[in-house]
Amino acid sequence: MEGGKILSQTKVLTGLETRQAVEAAFEEALRTAGVSKNNVGRIVVTGVGKQEFPFEHVEVSEVKADARGVIFLFPAARTVIDVGAEEGRGIKCSAEGKVVDFTLNEKCAAGTGSFTEAMARALEVPVEKLGGLSRQSTQAIPMNAQCAVFAESEVVSLLHAKTAKPDIARAVHEAIASRISSMVRKIGVEKEVLLIGGLAKNAGFVDALKTDLGLEVFVPQEPEFVGALGAALIAEGES
Amino acid sequence: MLAHYGYKDGSGDYYISIDTDKCAICADRNCVAACPAGVFEIITDDYDEKTASVAAEHRKKLKYSCAPCKPNVQRQELPCRVACPFQAMTHSW
Amino acid sequence: MSREFWRWKEYNWKAPDLDWRSAAGITAGIDVGSVSSQAVILTDGKIFAYSSQRTGSDSPESAQRAMNRALDGTGMSLENIQFVVGTGYGRVNVPFAQKAITEIACHARGANFMYGPTVRTILDMGGQDCKAIRCDEKGKVTSFLMNDKCAAGTGRGMEVFADLLSIPIEEIGDLSFTVEEEPPPVSCTCVVFAKSEALRLLRRGWAKNKVVAAYCAAMAHRVVTLLERTGVEKEFAITGGIGKNRGVVERIEKELKVKAMAPSWDTQIAGALGAALFARALLEKSRSVN
Repeated sequence: MEGGKILSQTKVLTGLETRQAVEAAFEEALRTAGVSKNNVGRIVVTGVGKQEFPFEHVEVSEVKADARGVIFLFPAARTVIDVGAEEGRGIKCSAEGKVVDFTLNEKCAAGTGSFTEAMARALEVPVEKLGGLSRQSTQAIPMNAQCAVFAESEVVSLLHAKTAKPDIARAVHEAIASRISSMVRKIGVEKEVLLIGGLAKNAGFVDALKTDLGLEVFVPQEPEFVGALGAALIAEGES
Repeated sequence: MLAHYGYKDGSGDYYISIDTDKCAICADRNCVAACPAGVFEIITDDYDEKTASVAAEHRKKLKYSCAPCKPNVQRQELPCRVACPFQAMTHSW
Repeated sequence: MSREFWRWKEYNWKAPDLDWRSAAGITAGIDVGSVSSQAVILTDGKIFAYSSQRTGSDSPESAQRAMNRALDGTGMSLENIQFVVGTGYGRVNVPFAQKAITEIACHARGANFMYGPTVRTILDMGGQDCKAIRCDEKGKVTSFLMNDKCAAGTGRGMEVFADLLSIPIEEIGDLSFTVEEEPPPVSCTCVVFAKSEALRLLRRGWAKNKVVAAYCAAMAHRVVTLLERTGVEKEFAITGGIGKNRGVVERIEKELKVKAMAPSWDTQIAGALGAALFARALLEKSRSVN
């Protein structure tokens, strides 16, 4: 970022080697922006793997970065929901992008993107297609399992019983949306509600979340970059 | 008997423990109506005693079922605890 | 599941020296679990026959199959059984049972028979759940806890790991003790995240046996924290599929500083046995009333 404008943004899948992925993402972003490492003034890092960033930097919590990033993109936002691969977060923020309150769904895959990823595998559908598939559903079915591992078995049983894949996909989204909205209610849901993180790209999940909350849920164009954007803004703001 | 309903997962321990000996002498059963989520129900247990229990549909998602009564701020006394004359149930979180 | 590394053998057994035709009371218990179904037949309170079968998608059918397998070769048929109690996850679906009783009560009752009246704490680690039960000298439950929400600490959790490492589940226990030094336990409780952690460890050069040891240690620790809620009073017994995994069992014993009792019967039948004992008591009660 420079002068409040984004120069470049990159995404690399973390995979098993966090440090390598972090370095690769950073190098790629520099390349795309046409900036050399020496010209970078301040680096602020966030995310569950932030301690793997190898160069000099300052760390900020994910909730702080999310709040800053969201307000920059959407000044009317007051509730931020961030669902990534490993964590689900509910954040209440002020008009200045400061964190007023937050709540986390951590260390349990059922409240994260890992859940939908596992279900997509069980349905033998690419995870990007899961949202579209659920929108073809004609009936709601309950999902009993509250664990990603047991839910996978449940999906397999449903498939054996010839349940339609769209209906299963919908049940998957409703299940995780229910968990996420319950989590967010702990901090009190205030309009406008913004959804970010990888799972925001899943239209089926967004639909289910809107229904559960009974509110409009806005998704920025590139929901996965908001945390990094927030970190960059914090770096700008403090230099 | 001490019945612990709920679960432990990666994110924590979420149990409602009910002292069923106290339930056996309770006439009012206020807990059932007091809970806005309908967590409690009255059952006849394996030893033919009428006691309170956590409804099966809630046992695996207590963290979420009880969440409305446990907001981050302005938390009040839980309605179930207020309603029970013997304070027979305890939340582990 | 494409490949099944987990397949406990189906089996049955009958007492070589009991003649059911001279018994005054014949009762049975059927335990329809999410993974396996057991049937136990008692003649005058003695174990006459039992079986364990994999539970299919249909509970009544699984119950019938377990029952038939137990009756196999005995000359006895269902009509000869005077009272049947169903238990387990599928207990309401045992069509030939006169009563359904929860697996908690049945387990305690069965353990009391198997281990004797000194047993006070039972840890059951099943295919899809984990239970801690405290009971008195008669096998009556005084406290219990069941965890069937989360796969960690269940047979399914171990199955996922065995599958990941391509190790037959029966070999996990022994393999976990081939390490030179006990590694730190896997840090993630959640099976999904523990899997990723295991893959990272393997990439970092950890040998399979070390990863297995770390996972068994984590599972054992988790189970011990579950037991903290009910408390552990001696004597202590472990039942269920994971009870056969010494990689987890011995680490639990070490952390609790308590040794588990050795059972005289296959612990897989504890639930069905307890159900059959309840059936016996109910049969006697109905006879004394009449």
